[in-house]
Amino acid sequence: MSIIAELPLSLIVLCSGLGLVLIGLWGMLTQRNMIRMIIGFSLTDTGIHMVMVSIGYVTGGTAPIINAAVPMTEAINRVVDPVPSALVLTAIVIGLGVTAVMLSFAVRIYKARKTLMIDECTESRW
Amino acid sequence: MIKRLFILMMLALMALIFVQLASNYTENTSLSKLGRYYVEEGPRELGAPNLVTAVVVTYRGLDTLGEVTVLFISAAGVGLLLRRTRRKDGSEDLEQGDRAEETSGTHKAASEIVETATELLLPMVMLFGIYVFLNGHLSPGGGFQGGAIIASGTMFLLLALPESHISRLLVALTESLSGFSYVVIGVLGVIMAGGFLDNRIMGLGTYGALFSAGAIPLIYTLVGLKVGFELSAVLDRFRKDDTGPV
Repeated sequence: MSIIAELPLSLIVLCSGLGLVLIGLWGMLTQRNMIRMIIGFSLTDTGIHMVMVSIGYVTGGTAPIINAAVPMTEAINRVVDPVPSALVLTAIVIGLGVTAVMLSFAVRIYKARKTLMIDECTESRW
Repeated sequence: MIKRLFILMMLALMALIFVQLASNYTENTSLSKLGRYYVEEGPRELGAPNLVTAVVVTYRGLDTLGEVTVLFISAAGVGLLLRRTRRKDGSEDLEQGDRAEETSGTHKAASEIVETATELLLPMVMLFGIYVFLNGHLSPGGGFQGGAIIASGTMFLLLALPESHISRLLVALTESLSGFSYVVIGVLGVIMAGGFLDNRIMGLGTYGALFSAGAIPLIYTLVGLKVGFELSAVLDRFRKDDTGPV
């Protein structure tokens, strides 16, 4: 228990993020149901976001909002890097858009073939 | 079987890369050079307490415009893939939809508890969404988050009152007008201030006030409206009656 408590916070987030990326990749590669593949994609996406956030963490840092709680004079030592946070904000929105388009493709394929199994879509096989 | 082994091998190699990455990781003890510049100069230059907002809206404003464009394209893609054709009797149907699988047109109504709760909570959810995007430069939040909250309010509405429909014209008008104004504000930044999407086209105001930080609240309001309406339209497209019983 004490070993876990001594680990840096961002390392825990980093490892969980990398684990999620692996789980998502496994899901995308092994599952044959399209909805499950999309869930795998979402997991990978979330894992990458966690990795990016953890990279921006500064020991003991708080949210980069400069107000009465974090005055401007001591901000430099007390806040986390705002750049990775901003990038993750962008990445989340893009991930949402991609997931929405994938799901609507799944809906269309289901309408056409009455199945969500990727093996049935043989004409796009190589 | 070979395929499975291949996948497992690939994942193991990937895990090896990740282990290497994680074992060499040391937590930052100070900000990067760029982060340091933003933290030192951001509040003075742009007047926005929330530095993530300062980076998203102004320093990396062009990226955000691209992000809004990607979201717009994906919403348009969903609209195209799940489009409906209006039939003579006024009901809508998914194009190429199987007639045999059509729903009879009667929606299963939500329970009274859900309906009453929606009437009570929906205005508050919408108000909270507006609050989040108006205060994007002061507190955690912003246009995308506020837009997502507004869309969750729409989801609520669609769950409780399945008969309600979202006006296509209103969505199209709000989306295109706010997107257009966003670009106009960006171009005004080139003419009146330091560059594309510079927020200093308006006065910076009192630091920490609601109407401060130049054009940031204005830009985030436009982004919030655009994202909220876009996501609402996407949710509307995914409704059950559009796709037939699953």
